[in-house]
Amino acid sequence: MRIGIDVGGTNTDAVLMDGTTVLAAVKTATTRDVTSGITTALDELKRQRAFDPAAVNAVMIGTTHFINALVEADRLAPTAAVRLGLPSTASLPPMVDWPERLVKAISGRAYLCHGGHEFDGRHIAELREDEILKVAEEIDKHGIRSVAISSVFSPVNAEFEQRAAEILAAQLPGIAVSLSSEVGRMGLLERENATIINASLRELADRIVDGLAETLAAAGIRAPLYLSQNDGTLMDVDFARRYPVATFASGPTNSMRGAAFLSGVDTCAVVDVGGTTSDIGVLQNGFPREATTEVSVAGIRTNFRMPDVLSLGIGGGSRVRETGGKVTVGPDSVGYRLVEKALVFGGDTLTATDVAVAAGRAEIGDPSLVRGVVDRSLAEAALRRIAEDIADAIERMRTSPDPLPVVAVGGGSILLPDSFGDSGRVHRPDHFAVANAIGAAIAQIGGMVDRIFPVEPGQRRAVLDAAKQEAVDRAIAAGAKPGSVRVVEVDEVPLAYLPGNATRIRVKAVGDLQVEAVRG
Amino acid sequence: MAERLITEADLDDLAVGAAILGTGGGGDPHIGRLLAGAAVRAHGPAEIVPLDQVPDDAATFMVAMMGAPTVMVEKVPSIEQVAAAVRALARYLGVEPTHVVCAEAGGVNALVPVVAAAQLGLPVIDADAMGRAFPELQMVIPTLYGITATPMSIADEKGNQGIFDTIDNHWAERLARSATIDMGCSAMISLYPMDGATARKALVPGTVSLCAELGRIVREARAGHRDPVAAVVDRLGGAELFTGKVVDVARRTEGGFARGEATLTGTGGDTGVEFTLRFQNEHLVAVRDGTVVASVPDLICVLDAETGTAITTETLRYGQRVRVIAAPCDPRWHSPEGVELVGPRYFGYDHDPVRIPTEVAA
Repeated sequence: MRIGIDVGGTNTDAVLMDGTTVLAAVKTATTRDVTSGITTALDELKRQRAFDPAAVNAVMIGTTHFINALVEADRLAPTAAVRLGLPSTASLPPMVDWPERLVKAISGRAYLCHGGHEFDGRHIAELREDEILKVAEEIDKHGIRSVAISSVFSPVNAEFEQRAAEILAAQLPGIAVSLSSEVGRMGLLERENATIINASLRELADRIVDGLAETLAAAGIRAPLYLSQNDGTLMDVDFARRYPVATFASGPTNSMRGAAFLSGVDTCAVVDVGGTTSDIGVLQNGFPREATTEVSVAGIRTNFRMPDVLSLGIGGGSRVRETGGKVTVGPDSVGYRLVEKALVFGGDTLTATDVAVAAGRAEIGDPSLVRGVVDRSLAEAALRRIAEDIADAIERMRTSPDPLPVVAVGGGSILLPDSFGDSGRVHRPDHFAVANAIGAAIAQIGGMVDRIFPVEPGQRRAVLDAAKQEAVDRAIAAGAKPGSVRVVEVDEVPLAYLPGNATRIRVKAVGDLQVEAVRG
Repeated sequence: MAERLITEADLDDLAVGAAILGTGGGGDPHIGRLLAGAAVRAHGPAEIVPLDQVPDDAATFMVAMMGAPTVMVEKVPSIEQVAAAVRALARYLGVEPTHVVCAEAGGVNALVPVVAAAQLGLPVIDADAMGRAFPELQMVIPTLYGITATPMSIADEKGNQGIFDTIDNHWAERLARSATIDMGCSAMISLYPMDGATARKALVPGTVSLCAELGRIVREARAGHRDPVAAVVDRLGGAELFTGKVVDVARRTEGGFARGEATLTGTGGDTGVEFTLRFQNEHLVAVRDGTVVASVPDLICVLDAETGTAITTETLRYGQRVRVIAAPCDPRWHSPEGVELVGPRYFGYDHDPVRIPTEVAA
C-alpha cells in the first residue's frame, strides 16, 4: 500500500492505494503549518478505510509550499550566489535580471570567481582556491547560510562546482550548498537563477521535511517519504532537502498524471477546466511534455523543467456576451463569485455555466432560471465557441499527428463537448477531485540526461545508446528497481555553429520504486 | 530624422524587432538585450545617427558577435570584449574610430553595436550591412562594392586578440571561424572598416531604428488587440505567405550549420495547403504546394500566429501555429553579384531566387 498526499494552497488531499486500486480518498483543508492538515487527512483516511500503518510501503507528497514561498517572497533564507566563470561573464553578474524586491527578500549577494569550462570541456580558467576562501570569509561575515554555485558549462563538466562546494563546506560547517549542474540545463543565467531560488528555499525545505517526517512517525508510518518533482517522478527526502525547487510545478504535473491514470490512458491531452481558466497539457507515456522555452517564476527567468501547460481564459465563471451577432466567452470571469453572480444561482451575470445548463448539458443551481430564458441559439453558439477554442489549444499542444485521447477534469468540464475531432469520446474520470494525490501516489523514480554531445558521423546510435544507459543508471542510483526502468523520452537537437556536429541530447528514464519491489 | 538616443527603455522593442529581421537565425537577442542594458546602465545611452548624416571622413567600425548562439547563452560575453575588438582594429589601422556600425540587423547582432557604442562613447549608425541576418561574414552589401572585410579584429573574453588581413572575404570568414572555435565558439569581431563616404554608399539605411519600430508595432498591436503580424507585414511592405501549423521538423547538422526542413499544413483560409520551409540557421526557401514562393535573399520570417513573436529555426516544433511572411530585401541583393553571394544556389538549393509575390494565390 502507498499513500499519496497533495498539499495545495487551499486543500490537502490524500489517497490510500494498493497497486492501481484506490482504497480511500479524502479532502481536507490545508493548514498554515502544513503538517496538522496532513495529520487530519491521515486520520480521515483511516476512518474511511482502516489500515495498518506498518503495511504502508511508501508515502508520496506533492506540495505547492515552496513555489508559494517564492511568490510571496516570504520564508526565504539569506543567500549568496557564487559564479565560476571569470574572466568571462562579468558583465552580467548573478541576479542581474531579478526584480529588486526578491533580491532584497533573500539578501542576495553575488560573487564572481575564476573557473568555468568551454563548450568542449577545456577550462576557461583554473579554479582559484584563494578566491573561494575569500568568498567563504565574506559569506561568514554577512551571516549567509545558503550558497548557490554556478559554473560556465557545468552541464558539460561539473568539477569546478563540486570543488568549490567542498572548499566552502570545509570553511563553513553547516552551510547549505546548491549546485547549478544539479538544477537546470544549458543557459547560464536561467540555470543560475533556478539555483539561487533553490538555495533561498533550503532552510524552509529542512523545516518542511522534518515536519512531514515527524507527522508520519506520529501516525505510526515508518515507510520512506518521497516528494513529487516537476516532471512527475519522485525524490527522496535527502534530495528534497537539497533541491526543493524541483517541487515547483509538481501540482499541475500530479493533476495531469492522476487524471490520466484514472482514465486508463498514458498518452493523452488533459483539459482541466476551472472557474476562470482551462489548463491544457499533454502526457506522453504518462509524463507531461516539458516546456522547451524559459519559464518565468515570480518575475525571474529560469530554465528548470516545467510541464508545458497552455492556459486559456475559459472557465465555469467566464462571462458570455453577444455583441454585433458575435458570441464571446471570457477571458474575464466572475471567478469564485460564481455562486452569487451566475443566473442559475439567482445572479445577474450570464456565465459559461449558465449556457451549459441552458443547453441541457448539466443540472446546476436552478435550471429553470435559464432554460427558456437564455436564448437557445446563443447558448449553443457559446458552447461551440468554447469547444472550438479548447480543440484549437489541444491541437497546438499535440506533438504528433496520431489521434490523441482527451481527458476532461475540473468543475468546469461540463462546458466541454463529448468528443474533439479525431480524439474519440472525451474521458471524464470519477474522483478527479483527488487526481493530484493519486498523481503523487503513482509516481515513479526517474533519471535524466541533458547535455551537449559531439556526434561523429556514423556514431549517432552509439552516442544515443550511451546517453540512454546513463539515464537508466541514474534512475537506478536514485532508487528505481533495475529491471523496471525504461526510457520514456529521447530528444535530440543539433546545434548551429558548433563544430563536431554538437547535438543536445535529452533522455529520461523511469522505473518503479525499489522499496516496493522488495516488500512485494 | 533628428538625432536621438537609445536608452534602456528602447531595448525590449529593439530585441523583438531584431528577432523578426533575424529570419529564424541570428541567435536569440535576449542576451544581447541584457548586455546592452548593462552597457547603457554603466556608460549612459548610446547615440544613434542617421546614415546620411555621417560625414565623409568618419571612421566607421562594424562590430558583431561570431560563433554559436548556444554558447553565448552559457559563456555570456562581456561588454569590454565588444569594445576591445573595435580598439584592436583601430590600433592596427592607426585610426581613431568615430562611429560604430551594425553588421547584421537580425538576431543578437542587432544589439551588439549598442553595447560597443555605449561603452566606447561613440554614436551607432542607424544602418546595417545586411538588412537582415545571414550566417557568414562575407554576406554583406559592402562585399558587393568590393569592400573587404579585413583588416579585421577578433577578441575573446580572456583578453586574446587577433588581426586578420586576408586576400578576400571568404578567407576572412574561414580564418575567423577557426579562431572563433579555438576561442570557445564565441568571439567579438570588428571588421569592414570604412570611411563615412563609403559607409553611406555601402550600408542598408534605417535598419537599427526599423528593429525598434517593429518591436513597438508588435507591442502596440498586442495591447490594442490588433493583428501584430499584419502590422509587421504592412511596415515591411511584405506579403503574408501562409497560415498554418507545423507538422514535421527534420534537422541535421552539416559542417556546423543546422540544416533542415519544416513541413506545415494550412489552417483557416489556407486549409488544404501544404507548405515547406527550408532552413540553414535562417529560413531560406518557402514552398507552397510544391512551388517556391519566396527565397533568399528576400526575408522569410516565421511568426507566432497570435503574438507575432518571431520563431527561430532552432525552436520550430510540431504543433506551433504560425504565420509565414516574406519581405523584400535590400534591392542590391538581387543584383547578379548579390544572388551569387546569398542566393538559393549558394546554400545548395538548385533554383534561382524567387522574389516575394505581391499577392498570394488563395
